[in-house]
Amino acid sequence: MTEEWTEIGRLSDIPRRGARCLGTPFGRIAVFRTVDDAVFALEDRCPHKGGPLSDGIVHGTSVTCPLHNWVFSLETGQVQGPDKGQVQTFAIRRDQDRLFITASIIPAIAAE
Amino acid sequence: MRDTLILGQAFRGGGAVDPLGAVVALTDDAEICGCNGVCKGKITGAIAAKGLTSLDDVRAHTKASNSCGTCTGLVEKLIMATIGDSYNPAALQPMCKCTDLGHDEIRRLIVAKGLKSIPAVMQELEWTTSCGCAKCRPALNYYLIADWPGEYEDDAQSRFINERVHANIQKDGTFSVVPRMWGGITSPRQLRAIADVADKFAIPTVKVTGGQRIDLLGVRKEDLPAVWADLNAAGMVSGAAYAKGLGTVKTCVGSDWCRFGTQDSTGLGVRLEKFLWGSWTPAKVKLAVSGCPRNCAEATCKDIGIICVDSGFDVVFAGAAGIEIKGTEPLCHANSEDETVEIIAALIELYREQGRYLERIYKWAARVGIASIKAHVVEDLSKRRLLYERFVFSQGFAQVDPWQERVNGKHAHEFAAMAEFGLPQAAE
Ligand code: SF4
Ligand code: FES
Ligand code: FES
Repeated sequence: MTEEWTEIGRLSDIPRRGARCLGTPFGRIAVFRTVDDAVFALEDRCPHKGGPLSDGIVHGTSVTCPLHNWVFSLETGQVQGPDKGQVQTFAIRRDQDRLFITASIIPAIAAE
Repeated sequence: MRDTLILGQAFRGGGAVDPLGAVVALTDDAEICGCNGVCKGKITGAIAAKGLTSLDDVRAHTKASNSCGTCTGLVEKLIMATIGDSYNPAALQPMCKCTDLGHDEIRRLIVAKGLKSIPAVMQELEWTTSCGCAKCRPALNYYLIADWPGEYEDDAQSRFINERVHANIQKDGTFSVVPRMWGGITSPRQLRAIADVADKFAIPTVKVTGGQRIDLLGVRKEDLPAVWADLNAAGMVSGAAYAKGLGTVKTCVGSDWCRFGTQDSTGLGVRLEKFLWGSWTPAKVKLAVSGCPRNCAEATCKDIGIICVDSGFDVVFAGAAGIEIKGTEPLCHANSEDETVEIIAALIELYREQGRYLERIYKWAARVGIASIKAHVVEDLSKRRLLYERFVFSQGFAQVDPWQERVNGKHAHEFAAMAEFGLPQAAE
């Protein structure tokens, strides 16, 4: 199956070691940019108590939740260390400065 | 539950013959960590089952001691009681898992080697991670801003969200907004502006804080710049309630109104707040000025307090009224407002230069000793003057209202979504 992509903005819209949000009718998606310009898209909702991961500190390919400091892998959405939990990840693609997210984002969230 | 917690805290004060006796005697269901509801059995069980050997391990696996830290002493005793002497709490604590170096050593090297950016520190001091973690980055950002005023460029991405967007994140991801009310004084104009903002942005809770000002809670992140614009228009600036920096200066009405007032405590409080605001410190700094020894502003449990007396100003410091409750220590007597202001600025500067990130003034004072602090800011007038001058120099770069900067467009990316997607047509 060929993946359909939706353009969401530019790499330069996101600070290095930072994140921006995509609003969807079913919840927010956080788009992260690492120190070496890798990009990741994750559900913007910590499985612990709902913290906005997009407001966390980004380090390496991890983000620390701003509410109680759980650490998540941006690559897998898995909580690091002994805590248990995972957030949904979404396919994202970069073409030079342009960013695209899988067009399936809306059904993917709705299906939860 | 509460009984065992209190028993535990009372015990921590020391005095028992066998320092571990009381924790050993606690039953397995005794609550050790009140923040996270962790009982003794869960902690000792995890230490045994998972082979935990450090406080950090226990924090990660059980959550005990992972929030406010009040129970840390008890948790350390449980580790000692469970694994014996191999646990050494006095060993040098590395800043975080990215380095073996402790705070003091890192700070010494930042100055000695002239390191002026976070990547430079990490490279020169051989950090084991590519760009640190959520523990070391805010600490390094503070040390660099305090040690290289005017040269170091603040790294917003290394700040906790509250200091990045200049508001306090709440449990639901909204924010709270606290404008400055200098010395706790407000006016009909300010109060009207606050009421109008609360109406206009449907702000659900308006609360009077313990620091003599007003907190607007439940503001949506995207509304923050517009809320600030309206508050700015009425002459209000950020109260920095979110900052490791100068928070409030509480005052009583002093000689302006009170029949017992010996000095203008309100005026001095306003003057101090206007002089000190904007400064970054290792942890938050709260002051209070009382107009006479009746101490209505509760100055004797603050980081820094002033008790006005007929002959001048008694300056006290190193109090605490949070996780711990501790009365202040006397620092000195000053004869004039000018002298008081100079001494307090010197004290804060010494704390900025020596305090470890997140270490409140009372902890710093206990670590370095009251005598050494007095030697710098009271007894040696030339040292005091130099500290004061360094503080004044750094204030030249610090006193910019962060709300106004953001009203004018700084960091706009923080407050707007990158893209918004509506419902797909087919779903309508
Ligand atoms: S501390 Fe003294 S001067 Fe201030 S309000 Fe109380 S009684 Fe009056
Ligand atoms: S909500 Fe994320 S760690 Fe608690
Ligand atoms: S009581 Fe354990 S962290 Fe607060």
